[in-house]
Amino acid sequence: MADATANGLTAEPKSGPMMAADGRTLKSSLNRALRREKLRALALIAPLLIFVLVTFVAPIVDMLFRSVENQIVSETIPRTVDALADWDATSTEAPGEEVFASLYTDLVVAEEYKRHTRLGSRLNYELTGISSVFRSTGRSIGRFDTDIYTDQFIAADPAFEDPTQWSSWMADDGLRTALPLTADAYDAWVGIMVEVKEDDPLEEDIYDFVYTALYRDLAAGAVPAGMPSIDVSGFETVSLRELFIDEDDAWMNVEIWQTIKTYSPSYTDGYFLNAIDMRNGPDGAEWRPENEQLYIQLFIRTMWMSLAITGSCILLGYPIGWLLANLPARTANVLMILVLLPFWTSLLVRTSAWKVLLQQQGVINDILVWIGLVADDNRLVMINNATGTIIAMTHILLPFMILPLYSVMRTIPPSYLRAAKSLGATNWTAFWRVYFPQSVPGIGAGSILVFILAIGYYITPEIVGGTKGVFISNRIAYHISSSLNWGLAAALGSILLILVLALYWAYDRLVGIDNVKLGG
Amino acid sequence: MKTVKIALASTALTAIAGMALADAHATMADEMTVVSWGGAYQASQIGAYSDPYLAMHPEMTVIYDESSSEAVAKLRAMNEAGNITWDLVDVEAADAIRLCDEGLAMEVDVDDILAPAPDGSSASDDFGDSLISDCFIPQIVFSTTVGYRTDLVGDTPPTDICAIFDLETYPGQRSLNRNPLANMEWALLCDGVPKADIYDVLATPEGQDQAFAKLDTIKDSVIWWTAGAETPQLLADGEVVMGSTYNGRLFSAIAEQGQPIGMLWDAQMLDFDGWVIPAGLPEDRLARVLDFLYFATDTQRLADQAKYISYGPTRASSAPLVGNHGALGIPMAEHMPTDPANATNVFVTQYDFWADYRDDLDAKFQSWLAQ
Repeated sequence: MADATANGLTAEPKSGPMMAADGRTLKSSLNRALRREKLRALALIAPLLIFVLVTFVAPIVDMLFRSVENQIVSETIPRTVDALADWDATSTEAPGEEVFASLYTDLVVAEEYKRHTRLGSRLNYELTGISSVFRSTGRSIGRFDTDIYTDQFIAADPAFEDPTQWSSWMADDGLRTALPLTADAYDAWVGIMVEVKEDDPLEEDIYDFVYTALYRDLAAGAVPAGMPSIDVSGFETVSLRELFIDEDDAWMNVEIWQTIKTYSPSYTDGYFLNAIDMRNGPDGAEWRPENEQLYIQLFIRTMWMSLAITGSCILLGYPIGWLLANLPARTANVLMILVLLPFWTSLLVRTSAWKVLLQQQGVINDILVWIGLVADDNRLVMINNATGTIIAMTHILLPFMILPLYSVMRTIPPSYLRAAKSLGATNWTAFWRVYFPQSVPGIGAGSILVFILAIGYYITPEIVGGTKGVFISNRIAYHISSSLNWGLAAALGSILLILVLALYWAYDRLVGIDNVKLGG
Repeated sequence: MKTVKIALASTALTAIAGMALADAHATMADEMTVVSWGGAYQASQIGAYSDPYLAMHPEMTVIYDESSSEAVAKLRAMNEAGNITWDLVDVEAADAIRLCDEGLAMEVDVDDILAPAPDGSSASDDFGDSLISDCFIPQIVFSTTVGYRTDLVGDTPPTDICAIFDLETYPGQRSLNRNPLANMEWALLCDGVPKADIYDVLATPEGQDQAFAKLDTIKDSVIWWTAGAETPQLLADGEVVMGSTYNGRLFSAIAEQGQPIGMLWDAQMLDFDGWVIPAGLPEDRLARVLDFLYFATDTQRLADQAKYISYGPTRASSAPLVGNHGALGIPMAEHMPTDPANATNVFVTQYDFWADYRDDLDAKFQSWLAQ
């Protein structure tokens, strides 16, 4: 035993790590203990963390993700997207029969599932007019003259009319390989029967588009073993390309096909380009024409107006904060109620009140005319423009500036100012060199609150902003609730989020985020 | 093998679906959530439709949700969440088309689900042109038209729509809707484009530029509104000399509040408002909705609604039954946008055109406003 101890002692290397009682290094043992502590702490906050993740972060991420999502094209018209891969997007002619035949199958299926109009609205964001092309073609696609194939197959062999027969053919792997288009069309038809019509595919008549696919397979030289052998070379044919163009000559328009091809990948940068006044042209990204540019201007306006609102909140809020912090408690409490009062009044009421005050026939103009400061025919325009928005929003956001200022100012001992003055500082020097630097954390906190709230506001600008005082958030609201262009709304929202984060980062670098205090 | 399995499964499905359908007729939900616009319009629906229906079905509750202005977005959100809490939604025709395109509203055959006219003609004949979408069940015709301050227009009150663009005769501010609808048509009409060609012209970039150029002439004198209540308020305050709004709002300002306001029917923009049924309702709720709709859209009920508000019934057979205003006692027929005396020069909103061009023209319009 003594030997062992002696050996242990002598064996211990001089510069090696310290060992804990269980033989591990002290460092790893300590880490382990700390990790256990951390896990316990994590377990305590886990419910809140999960709650925030599930109800807050996940929906936002999901919403932002829509700004790049574009699966709708490849999911609604998958065959056309495949067929278009070979088509040259710079060509001046619409694609050939093969693509139109794929589009025919896709649209028949999409029409049954009522998905074609949704795709039309999606593509209409990129090219005006596509929406009605899809709607009208969808309405008539069931009446295309492809029934001649159906009739000719059935006339050649009545077995082609029998759904049970079809079912056994299409269960044969050899036939499926030999007739890929037919197998694909038949599966789509069974899907329609089961999912949409809720009918039995063994009892219903097969749709024309399956026969059309069968004709295409056979005409391409497929040799199906196990199916009645039909020579289709003598069949009367019909050009799907012409049928489509007869229905709506917009299908001849190359732009439609370029749009479909450009937007066929599952992810797109189209919404983001749109959000910065660009678009996908035939030669890559390009600026939109001047008369459609809007968003960059709105972003800039949102930024500078939010800064102006933050600035005016500082100017108005600072003296009030100072007053609140330095008055006797009883008076300060009364003043505090006045500051909080707007919180208890409806936002709409406060905003509408500003309309009554600021409009040209409003209270302020009436008073100015009455005391002769402005002429009756030259009343001030103070609302339905940027001025109106800045005034109304400064009023609404002022408490968010005053409260952090007040709570920081209350912690600044008045003795500092007295000490500065007793050492010979003037009132201004005492304030500027001693008091103000200590109140900066309050200004920082208030500014961040006001600026971030202002940037996302939309009700007030909508009511009092007219045309020159609306924010980017008004357009986001429009695209969410009216135009249903959620992709664009998500892209605009993402850019706004990135801008705010960038400004926050810049603020941290310039002022230091540690320098922000919401309270004593 | 796979297809055979699908086939077998489908047989089972058919059987289940058949049973469910048979069952549906037996049970109807006792609660129904109706989405409408609030205010006087919703009150007219309660008075004309739901109160009489509730009198026949005392076991039922009808809940009104005032969310129609954001119905499109909310329905899409509900659809994605897989939880449709609304049973019947009142929307404007353009929104009905959008909801139908998005697959969020149920397609209906009005002849199957609605009552025929009293003379036996089918519902689709009776509703006529107001059936603008496969999902849309029309209720009322309303119009966007122009009201003016009678005391601010001098001795020559305006008689035609182009007074909006006539700053010399009618100086002062005017209020217009902050979206391209109606404004673009009026601009082209007053720039000399024949009425029949307006939508063809508006479909071309040159035509759009022409409309914007005409609007440019009054741009500095326009207050742009986003809510229908704004124009009557601006008129009452004397803030504007004339402005566009919905005819029912003007009727209420003139007849019910006695404001010094006159109205123009010239070049009024006719539009429809009606019901859509959200797609994917459970059988029992759908059965209740269909039962309610059959009652609430019959000839008498549509005529009754005009007692409360000056919007015209969409059924041709309802027009002769329109009576007097419920509170004021004045005959309502002459205040309907569809009254022959008022309908001498009307635009019927071209929904197909706007479904295509709304996104594009709206982008250009907002960009034009911001310049």
